[in-house]
Formats: sequence, structure tokens, C-alpha cells
Amino acid sequence: MAKNVLHMEQITMQFEGVVAVNGLTLDVNEGEIVALIGPNGAGKTTAFNCVTGIYEPTLGEVSFQGKTILRNCPQGKMKKLYAGDAPMVEVKPLIQTPDAITKMGIARTFQNIRLFGNLSVFENVLIAKHMRAKQNIFSAALRLNYKEEQRMRREAMELLEQQNLAHLKDEIASSLPYGLQRRLEIARALATEPSLLLLDEPAAGMNPQETLELTQFIAQIRQDYHLSVFMIEHHMDLVMEISDRIYVLDFGRLIAQGTPDEIQNNDRVIEAYLGVTHDAEN
Amino acid sequence: MKTTNKNRTRNIILTALSFALVLGILAYLQGNRAQYSYAISILERSAIYAVVAVAMNLLNGFTGLFSLGQAGFMALGAYTVGILTIPVELRESVYYMNGISDVIKNLHAPFGAALIIAGLVAALVAALIGIPVLRLKSDYLAIATLGFAEIIRALIASPQLDRITNGSYGLNNIPKFPNIFYTFGIAALCILLIILVIHSSYGRAFKAIREDEIAAESMGINLFRHKELAFVISSFFTGVAGGMLAMFMQSIDSKTFQVSLTYDMLLIVVIGGIGSITGSVLGAFLVTAGREWLRFCDNPLTIGGVNIPLFRPGFRMVIFSILLMVVVLFYRKGLMGTNEFSWDGLFGLIKNIPGRFRRKRKGGAQ
Repeated sequence: MAKNVLHMEQITMQFEGVVAVNGLTLDVNEGEIVALIGPNGAGKTTAFNCVTGIYEPTLGEVSFQGKTILRNCPQGKMKKLYAGDAPMVEVKPLIQTPDAITKMGIARTFQNIRLFGNLSVFENVLIAKHMRAKQNIFSAALRLNYKEEQRMRREAMELLEQQNLAHLKDEIASSLPYGLQRRLEIARALATEPSLLLLDEPAAGMNPQETLELTQFIAQIRQDYHLSVFMIEHHMDLVMEISDRIYVLDFGRLIAQGTPDEIQNNDRVIEAYLGVTHDAEN
Repeated sequence: MKTTNKNRTRNIILTALSFALVLGILAYLQGNRAQYSYAISILERSAIYAVVAVAMNLLNGFTGLFSLGQAGFMALGAYTVGILTIPVELRESVYYMNGISDVIKNLHAPFGAALIIAGLVAALVAALIGIPVLRLKSDYLAIATLGFAEIIRALIASPQLDRITNGSYGLNNIPKFPNIFYTFGIAALCILLIILVIHSSYGRAFKAIREDEIAAESMGINLFRHKELAFVISSFFTGVAGGMLAMFMQSIDSKTFQVSLTYDMLLIVVIGGIGSITGSVLGAFLVTAGREWLRFCDNPLTIGGVNIPLFRPGFRMVIFSILLMVVVLFYRKGLMGTNEFSWDGLFGLIKNIPGRFRRKRKGGAQ
């Protein structure tokens, strides 16, 4: 049994009366590619945001490499409003900001690309190196961190070379074509030296050819950087091709989990996607 | 434009030459101080404003925090320097109305140390108010910092602090800089330090925050820590510049640090280009000098025996405001946009001038 990397336990995210994610429990093991799929509005991105600290989950616990990194239970007026499935247990909240979580080794990309648009490709990657550099404002301003700065620049350049982006290093990030922006965003996430990579719809807006390339690319970086990958994706061919395991979310609840084969033949999944009980999904 | 080797040598020579030229001009002005006192005072004020503008740009242009507390931090710096540098024997006469508090009676520091302390006081206050205020975004941050500056001004003028700040009488007899090299040297040093910060790893982190807070955070940049850092650094240099202003003006009171002072700085940053250091420096000199050039508007003007009605005291500011509106409407990026001055850029511009005319003529013919 491979080592557990990410464990989400009964994660519930409730906005006012709406339970966007309802008692989600899942695992990502070392070296695995795990996909989270589901119709639009199922709560996939919300689940991501709960892991990366952008949202504080209403209830539940997230552990990373065996260590609890986030924990919460309904607080204040949410105690009365709480409408999730998971039982309400009083725990001591543990809330962390997104930067602390990135520092632990969880990197992510965004559904709507969030590059530093006015900065160069090189700077975009270099910024990700800032957090692990041994320096303070005085040593950095007075250039006493010369060696550290050199190392950051070298590593950023190496990464760009590995991702075949080196020839674009002086381009302004927002001027790149869409597919390359996606690549750059993944490269930037890799620059934070993660052990778990969260990809939020990496193939969104890509044509079949680009999607195919992306599939190979994800498999490649998993190997090269010893990553576990947890991704949200709508392109089923991509998901079925490279995922080790798949979780299916519908209306915030987990409705199925298993290998690609199992998921493809699961009645509830087909139901959720084709809308036998709910409204049709395109 | 790529800098070739030949160009690089040329650029170094040009930079050295312009430095020598500036030093020469300064030495000449210093030598004929009495004759050029008016020009010198404009240049000195410009240099001081340039420091504030560059510090403001670090916050507004590079970190994306729209702060309008500059006058408050300048006031803190100015009063710190005033209190520390007024000669001890003159203090009785400065504080003749209210008497002087025993705490500061014999507190004295040479002006170099006083300027650094001024910066530290401003930085410390910035660190404290930054904790609640930096959680706010854009307009709300501007309103909160603007309010803070007014509070500082009101506190300085309040009767409870009469024995420290001399209330509405203000401070005078603040010693001047021994010569203009000090003013320009300290201003240049401050700007150089800010440039070093901007080009460091931290400067990149600041820019990342400006570009996209959520993405910056997910790159491991602690938003609060870095915003606080930018705020403290900016306030430190604003405080130092406030101290320099006190030494330049020699007498200060709370009215010196009204909101209009912050607007002046904002004007400089906007005209120079938000996100451009050289733009801010250029803007500081242009705005300060421009204000003097427009002084003729304040005097009654008679042409051929006809009195032009609008020319009277205050009209200068009307013209100035119109200029600002023109800049904002038609030249939104300011003089420099987000670019920095470079010789290559300058030569490129000169080379392009004929081309530009040609293109225009062609466009007109169609």
C-alpha cells in the first residue's frame, strides 16, 4: 500500500444556506494521479479551495503526508445554520493561509488562468522561488543574498528549459497563447517544489490534440518530479487515460469512486452526467 | 531593444557624463548660492518630493496598495527631526508660548541620526496601523490611510501636545542642511535603496501581489507580511523625506501637512507614471518647477492696457488642475508609463520622431 499524501475527511463547505461540498472524504496516495469529476456546480473547485486554504471549510479535516494541516467545525451562527450530512463534532479549529499550505508542498493551478500577466515568463517562475529562499529584506536589498539569488535564477531557468519555455523567457506572460499560458502556470506551480500538484481543469479550452499532449505532459511531470497529482477535469478521455482512481462529485456529495473502468460502468455516474433524475447536462 | 556591447559602453559613458553634469551644476549652484537661492530652493524641494513620490510608488505602483497617508508620515518625520535638531539653547524661545516638556528639553541628535530616527518613527507607526488597515482593499485602504493622516495632523495641533509639538505655533529654528549636496545626496541614497528593494526578490513578490493576490498567495507569498513590509519601507522613506522637508523649510506647523500635500505627491506619481521610478523623479521636478513657472498666473496681467480678468491669486492652481485632468484624460499612463528611463529608449525615441511624422502624414492622406 502506497503512502498516503492527501487525506480529506468529511470536508464540508457551506455558504450561508448552500452546502457546496457535503462530507467529502477522499485520499490521494503517493505517485497517484487522482481525478475529481462531476457536473458543473458539483463543488469540485470548492473542494480544491478547501484544501489550499482559500476557503476555510465549515467542517472536516485535511491531512497532508500524515499531518493534519486544516481542521474546522461550524463556528458562531453557522452552528445553527449547519445543514451538512457529516455529524457536527467540536474540534479545535486549525486554519492556515494559502501560502503556508503551498510551503508545505501543495501547489495548484487555477481554472481561470491566474498568471502575473504584466510580468515576464521568467519572472513568473522566479516569483515562485521567493518563498524558499534564505534571505530577509535587508540581505535582499543590499544584495548580500547574491548566491541565493543566483540559485533562484538558475533553478527557474532550468525549469523553463525542462518545460520547453526557455525561448519565451522575456515574453510578457499575458501575451502567450492560451495553451502555453496553461503550461506556464503548471511550470510556475512546479517551481514551488511541491510533492502534490492540484490541477483545476488543466485541459479547459483545449482542442483534442492539445489535450492529448497535456495528457502526456502530466504523466511526464509526475515521473520527473515524483509528484502525486490531484486534478479536476471535464475531458473524459484525458481523465480515463491517465487517472489511477476517480472520485465523482454531484451536488456536493461523493456519488462514486474507483478505477476508470469501474466509474465508466457505474450507473449513478451515468445518471448524474446524463441527467436521468436531474436536469440534463451538456 | 537589445543592448549591444557597443551601446553598453556608450550608455556607461553617457551615464557618467550626466552624473558629472549634475554634480557640476550642483557645485556651481552651491558656489553661487546667494545668486541662485530661488532655483536652489525649487531643486531642493523637488529632490525631497522625489523621495516621497518614489516611496509612494513602491506602495501604489509596485505593490498595488492605494495608500494616501503620505502627509501623515511626513508630519511624523518632520516633527521628529524638528524636536531632535532645534539647538537646545534656542528651545526656550521656540516654545515661548507653552513651555517645553522636560522629556524633550535636552533631547538632541545630529541631523543624520535625526533623519534615521524620523524614518524609524514613521515605520513603527506604519507597522502598527498596518495591522488593521492593510486588511482593506483599494478604495477602502485609501480612505483609511487618508483618515490616519488627518488624525496625525489633528494630534500634532492638539493642545494636549502643546509642550511637545508646540501646537498651532509649530516649530521653527530647525537647522538647515549645510549645503545642497546633503539634500541631493540623501535623496539619491533613499531612492537608490528603494530601487534596490524593488529589484530584489521581495520587489518581485510585491509585484506578484499587485498582479494577482490569490495567485501570489498560492505561490507561497504571505500577503499580510509582504504588504506590511512594503508599507513599512515606504513609510520609513516618507518619514525621512518629511524630516528633510523640515530641515529645508526650517519652520513647520501642522498646516504644512494637510491632505493637499498627499495630493501633490499623488499628482507627481500619476504624471510620472504609476510603476515607474524614473517617472516619479521626473514628475517631482516637473510638478514642483511647473508650479513656480505658472506663478505668473497669480499676478494681475495687463495686455495692451486691458486687464485680463482671470489672472489673480489662486488661478495658478486652476491651471494646474486642468493640466492634471488633461494628463488623466489623454495620457493616462503618465510620462513614463511603467517603463524606466534608459539611453536606448531615449535614442529609440529620437530615431522614431521622423517616422512618427511620416506615418501621421500618410494617415492624413487616406
